[in-house]
Amino acid sequence: MFVLFCPHCQEKREEEEFGYGGEAFRVRPSTPDTVDDETWGDYLFMRSNPKGWNWELWSHATGCRKFFVVKRNTATNAIAGSWTLAEGRKVYDAEGGAQ
Amino acid sequence: MSHRVKHSGARVDFDRPLAFSFDGKSYGGYAGDTLASALLANGVRMLGRSFKYGRPRGIVGAGPEEPNALTQVETGAATIPNLKATQVELYDGLIARRTTGWPTLDFDLKSLCGPFSRFMPAGFYYKTFQNRTLWPRFEHIIRQAAGYGSAPEEADADTYDHRHRHAEVVVVGGGACGLLAALDAGRAGLQVILFDEQNEMGGWLLSSPNTVIGGEPAAQWLKTIIAELRSLPNVEMLTRTSAFALHDMNLIVAVEQLQDHLPLAERSETKPRQRLHRVRADRIILASGAIERPLVFGNNDLPGILTASALTTYLNRYGVGVGKRVVLQTSNDYAYQGACDLANSGCSVVLVDTRMRPNTAWEQRAHVAGVDVRPGYGVAAAQGGRAVKGVKLVKLDADRNVMSGEGPTVECDAVGSSGGLSPTVHLYCHDGGRPYWDEEKLAFVVSATGRAAAGIYCVGSITGTFGLQAALAQTQQTVGEVIASFGKAPAQETRKIETDEPEATPARRIFRVPDGKAEGHGQKAFVDFQNDVSAADIHLAIRENYRSIEHIKRYTALGFGTDQGKLSNVNGFAIAADALSKSIPEVGTTTYRPAYSPVTFGTLAGPHEGDTFEPRRYTAMHASHVARGAVFENVGQWLRPQYFLKPGEDQEAAIRRECVATRRSVGLMDASTLGKIDIQGKNVREFLNRVYANAWTQLAPGKCRYGLMLDENGMVMDDGVTACISDEHFVMTTTTGGAARVMSWLENWHQTEWPDLDVYMTSVTDHWATAAVVGPKSRQVLEKLCSDIDLSPGSFKFMDWREGTVAGVPARVFRISFSGELAFEVNVDASYGHHVWEALMEAGAEFGITPYGTDAMHLLRAEKGFIIVGQDTDGSMTPFDLDMAWAVSMKKPFSFIGKRSFARSDTAGPNRKQLVGLLTDDPSVVLAEGAQIIERPDASLPVAMLGHVTSSYFSPELNRSIAMAVVRDGIQRRSDDSRKAGRDVLFAYSRGTTHKVKVVSPVFVDPKGERQNG
Repeated sequence: MFVLFCPHCQEKREEEEFGYGGEAFRVRPSTPDTVDDETWGDYLFMRSNPKGWNWELWSHATGCRKFFVVKRNTATNAIAGSWTLAEGRKVYDAEGGAQ
Repeated sequence: MSHRVKHSGARVDFDRPLAFSFDGKSYGGYAGDTLASALLANGVRMLGRSFKYGRPRGIVGAGPEEPNALTQVETGAATIPNLKATQVELYDGLIARRTTGWPTLDFDLKSLCGPFSRFMPAGFYYKTFQNRTLWPRFEHIIRQAAGYGSAPEEADADTYDHRHRHAEVVVVGGGACGLLAALDAGRAGLQVILFDEQNEMGGWLLSSPNTVIGGEPAAQWLKTIIAELRSLPNVEMLTRTSAFALHDMNLIVAVEQLQDHLPLAERSETKPRQRLHRVRADRIILASGAIERPLVFGNNDLPGILTASALTTYLNRYGVGVGKRVVLQTSNDYAYQGACDLANSGCSVVLVDTRMRPNTAWEQRAHVAGVDVRPGYGVAAAQGGRAVKGVKLVKLDADRNVMSGEGPTVECDAVGSSGGLSPTVHLYCHDGGRPYWDEEKLAFVVSATGRAAAGIYCVGSITGTFGLQAALAQTQQTVGEVIASFGKAPAQETRKIETDEPEATPARRIFRVPDGKAEGHGQKAFVDFQNDVSAADIHLAIRENYRSIEHIKRYTALGFGTDQGKLSNVNGFAIAADALSKSIPEVGTTTYRPAYSPVTFGTLAGPHEGDTFEPRRYTAMHASHVARGAVFENVGQWLRPQYFLKPGEDQEAAIRRECVATRRSVGLMDASTLGKIDIQGKNVREFLNRVYANAWTQLAPGKCRYGLMLDENGMVMDDGVTACISDEHFVMTTTTGGAARVMSWLENWHQTEWPDLDVYMTSVTDHWATAAVVGPKSRQVLEKLCSDIDLSPGSFKFMDWREGTVAGVPARVFRISFSGELAFEVNVDASYGHHVWEALMEAGAEFGITPYGTDAMHLLRAEKGFIIVGQDTDGSMTPFDLDMAWAVSMKKPFSFIGKRSFARSDTAGPNRKQLVGLLTDDPSVVLAEGAQIIERPDASLPVAMLGHVTSSYFSPELNRSIAMAVVRDGIQRRSDDSRKAGRDVLFAYSRGTTHKVKVVSPVFVDPKGERQNG
């Protein structure tokens, strides 16, 4: 059980208020009908599942119900920060995307 | 014979005698005693038999480290198994009994195994029961003989509390360092919670009242500091509170014993027995101290052999002299104070120091007290039957841990041994911290800075700072850092606190005292008492090629059980290291996991049991259902009527009556629990187009549509009817169980993928109450209550909805049907739900209106072949597998969720399982749901499974059984499908019998839909 900071509510809250939304910044192919099976399969099933820093989607389920992103270390549970989707995207891109 | 040594330093109240019973015998003790100290005071030595060999066992420790003295306290509903006698506070009338020894303590069947113990080596069970057929025959006997205590057979009469809280500083451990830490932090104005597991603060100082701290005796120093801590409003001191877990991000979990120390008659029924504290702490200061580990030697498990610190504690804290003639054995300085105290209390004391040269200052003090110090010796083996009677000494080599000569035999009635201190690093390690081996301190320790970045600090013995003066200085410095980390300053300058300890000298690096024999050939030398693991067992595990300490642990059971190896682990690691010719750090430790000491399930569950186990949701019509004999079932936390029992009916009769009434006249169902999501905004239509398989562009206001919601794999995940209120306003319904999941799913897509869509979603499930009026007479019932909606078939068609007034209140009426009958679903503000339900019942009385539950609902919909997502689907069914292509619009411009996956090779390929109806040859046979579908009746095993039955009922309408099933290529097998006639006969294996079945359309009743459209 850890504590997350909701960038919308500006509050640090217990994990039980939140719902996990999986890996952040997965991109749905813009024209699904034209991509090949492999591309579509990768989008559906492949996750980076790193041991270490991971960008994750969380929702403040019992709070504002907004989704936001958290950079969490899957090995230590250390949290580097949480951001709104738009702000997080900037940080994520500045870091060169998924590492 | 009484072993009481009454002295003023003891923490027991000799003016308050208490009576208790143990194993049916009555004894006396005093307030402040533990069950263990009172038993020892009464001369009770043997408290049980050992786990494997049935050897006599007695008390070894004085706290949570105790491996042997497991007792069952109280009886009936109040009984608690496996409490350590060392942790049970004595109260008047306490009833306890031993948990081992079968059939009796004096005659234990297992003790007969003693001479044959070579046949019960480590891994005995693995080896013996390789032949698995033997286990069932012996399990009962083994469990009877090996058990510890018995689980309560009555419901727990006590209640438990949970408290969630925050703190700036949590201090774990109320010994000298913990108290000082709390004081300094408290003086600086920080909000502090101090936990200690004992009945009073003080830690080791309670066992060492003669130590001089800051110029005064420890007892006085404690009194002063505790008084000041009590005066600080920002400091909370919790005794009898064991911090048993440290989780991610400084979540400390502690259990506070509120009533366990009170006589049963004095316990309050309205107050909890225990309270769980879950504290998020900004900073944690671990001052959890250390536990003395014994040395390993032959017959070291005889009753009367304790740790040296336990002997000292029983004397100083509880006023109990375990023996008159005491032998202490030590590898270090720590046993000396106890030796002096024991000698001063009138015991004859022989102190065997395994070192060649003891600490001269301590040696002098010992001589003054009359202690006979024997440097350079060790105890090779103890002697005695059911209690220790003497020890055989050997001369030790100066450098290597081998015997260099014979020693004398010393008669004694108590032995205390000290192999050094093992820091209580458990909490530090629970969330990933690791201790390191300090070869000088001979201990696994943690660094004083702990994990400061995470807010975790460590002070005192846990860091290997075993000297009191040094530990207090370290505490002051560390707490100064903690205070500074809050941007505050200490309240006053650090003052040096002096003590009277002599300067420490190094300990001897010894764990197993040699007896001149190869391991396994001398007397049994136990490492882990609770699991009967001897030094020889560890050697055997290694000879059998177990290398990792985690594997050695599991093979031998070292460190298992209720004490979790608090005495045994380090000895075990060290003995394994020697046997592996590795260093101790190379061997490492096993993993420290919560809980530090056992916690009762009641405390973990707390208030989450019985009626408060999980939230219950009631519809607005609940009282109406109760009054009409509803039997309820839980659906997604909702209590839904399953069926309504009339006098003399059983479940089956009730369902049949409800179904018949609904198909012939009119039924009434509470559909309030369906999830309802109000969706508004400029782009609602586009949003629905993307999240549903159907098309929503053309749906006009006043119309409804059934929609299939798919996941991105193209599989059906939910379904329901969505109504168009206006161009920019829709109301979606979801399944009862899927409501929360669907809401979150939609929000996720909107926020993460399509934030540009102007859409606002609100869950309105609880805002509306829904009564479904179902059956051929439903229109007539509604006409009596509704004058402002034209209900005629020409004007109000199937899949229309209208706004109007029902029973005098505003309503949205949907002409939709989950039964195949003419039906109207009346939605009103939930506040009017009860009123409208009763009005409908009254209006329908002349038609025999019949409320029906979920069982009848399921049956009615199955007769129509309507699916229930999650029952007839399982996350691997596409709309096409369900023969519901009509609910998929492949022409929508946006590639809706799941669409692309239809083209994936497996999804588009042949041999998919598809939904069909099944009719058994024998119409009276109702197949089991889950029954397997096979091709031939005479197939031999293994047989290919073509599918399974998903829904199965006896249909009152058809007076025969019906079933829905998913079957490989099922749609093409259907007898009503002209494409592949002749493959429609299959077999279903149900409840041990194979039944012939015919594959048909799942729409069994009114296939043309004339009733619902009528």
